[in-house]
Amino acid sequence: MSALAALTVTESKLFRRDGMSLFFGLIFPPLLFLALGALIPGFLDPNDDLGGLRLVDLYLPIVIGLALATLALSTLPTYLATYREKGVLRRLATTPVRPATLLEAQLLLNVVVAVIAVAVTIALAVIVFDVDAPGNAVGFLLAFVLTAAAMFSVGLLIAAVSPRATVASGIGMAVYFPSLFFAGVYFPRDAMSDTLRAVSDATPIGSGVQALQDALAGDWPQPLNLAILVAWTVAAGLLAARVFRWE
Amino acid sequence: MPVIEVANLHKRYGQTVAVDDVSFSVERGEIFGILGPNGAGKTTTVESIAGLRTPDSGRATVLGLDPQRDGDELRRRVGVQLQSSALPDKLKVSEALELYSSFYPDPADREKLIDDLGLGEKRDAYYSKLSGGQKQRLSIALALVGNPEIAILDELTTGLDPQARRDTWALIEGVRDRGVTVVLVTHFMEEAERLSDRVALIDGGRVVAIDTPAGLVAALDAEQRIRFRPSAPVDDAMLAVLPEVTGISRNGEQIVVTGTGNVLATVILALAARQIVAKELRVDQAGLDDAFVAMTGRALDPADAATNL
Repeated sequence: MSALAALTVTESKLFRRDGMSLFFGLIFPPLLFLALGALIPGFLDPNDDLGGLRLVDLYLPIVIGLALATLALSTLPTYLATYREKGVLRRLATTPVRPATLLEAQLLLNVVVAVIAVAVTIALAVIVFDVDAPGNAVGFLLAFVLTAAAMFSVGLLIAAVSPRATVASGIGMAVYFPSLFFAGVYFPRDAMSDTLRAVSDATPIGSGVQALQDALAGDWPQPLNLAILVAWTVAAGLLAARVFRWE
Repeated sequence: MPVIEVANLHKRYGQTVAVDDVSFSVERGEIFGILGPNGAGKTTTVESIAGLRTPDSGRATVLGLDPQRDGDELRRRVGVQLQSSALPDKLKVSEALELYSSFYPDPADREKLIDDLGLGEKRDAYYSKLSGGQKQRLSIALALVGNPEIAILDELTTGLDPQARRDTWALIEGVRDRGVTVVLVTHFMEEAERLSDRVALIDGGRVVAIDTPAGLVAALDAEQRIRFRPSAPVDDAMLAVLPEVTGISRNGEQIVVTGTGNVLATVILALAARQIVAKELRVDQAGLDDAFVAMTGRALDPADAATNL
């Protein structure tokens, strides 16, 4: 077994033993989606303001964005900063395995967890609430990959600039909650003013949710949204690689 | 042929010189102690040997390899236990060993290692639930799991209770007896004296002396130290005139006399002549700590020495 595989297996065991991460990363997104559809009055009724769509249709891409944001902005940076602070990376540096392999394993694990959480959420949406399956599957995949790349790049940047785990957790939360807002968790992007939506478009999660929403509806994501996601990936990713300290 | 050769190593962090000029060589199969106070440059020296730091000048050769250029091969053949490194809290002992053994082409027998290090009962325990001694033993196990030719162990008994420390020492001797060359970094005198075949004394980023512990002590001209509580007041001058006496100090009621040659008999006779008895008499042979003081002009950090007792 390669070192990356061995580390990913180990990290997945640690993730399973971490109740908080397990709940918020894996269980919370589908649970939230179920709760919204089951408990909020009118969530399942067609809405003329939304061109006949239901709120539950609109919230699928939002919850997908939330699932990515939770793992990318909270779980990943806190884990990585903890590993640096406690000397886990330093310990690894004395072995034939490069400490970067542990970062890759963490990233891989979080992406896999995100894919599972999103797949379960979509399945529930389709089965329980009769939401249409992604109309443009290729477009959806493209939007998902680029959104994940942008969000995890921001997460890596948070891990890179945080000297301690508590700082990573604090910055993560400071980025996470506004991200939920721009994703449309509190009220959907379609209900935002033009100015607010423009600001939301500039964030990785805002453009990500819009791209996912377009693809779910059967269209292609707009090039502007995809370009913004790529820009965030490149900028945050390069900056993270530049400032990351191993100890 | 030496397995480690260090020549004129120099490393600074900003304005601070961590290692000024360090040279030594380590022979195959020995326990080589690197002894010095905190901040002497010990850790930076071994980190350079392990390829974790790039020295500003000078060079290190380990098993004929350049730690910078041939880092990958070096890390396969050298096991390192560092200070201030840890494992994830919820990693089990057996899982840590399984993971780390997967990093090496020819790993050691994990079960035997767990038994040898007395971790059998803790094999399914989380890292966070281990005591300080158990964490250190696991750390040593991880340094050995790759079947290394050289084990570098940095401050491995700091923070351990005396029993755990003695157990760890026995373990290190066991490692050496298996043919592994051990580089032992410590600021703890007794540890270096007890374990090392040879010791490098390091102070202020420089090597002060390299020899066997006995050789370092012998170089001191065998000064002795006598402590006692006199049965009646004693005038320092009475003892100071004796030719064998080189120093007198007082510690409460206790008098400490240092001297050479036949100083013990001379002092006792001089006291007896005045009907004074030396109560609670103790004679100390010089040790490695005295050698350190003699060569550097200062003691190891007294606070550390106290906590290490």
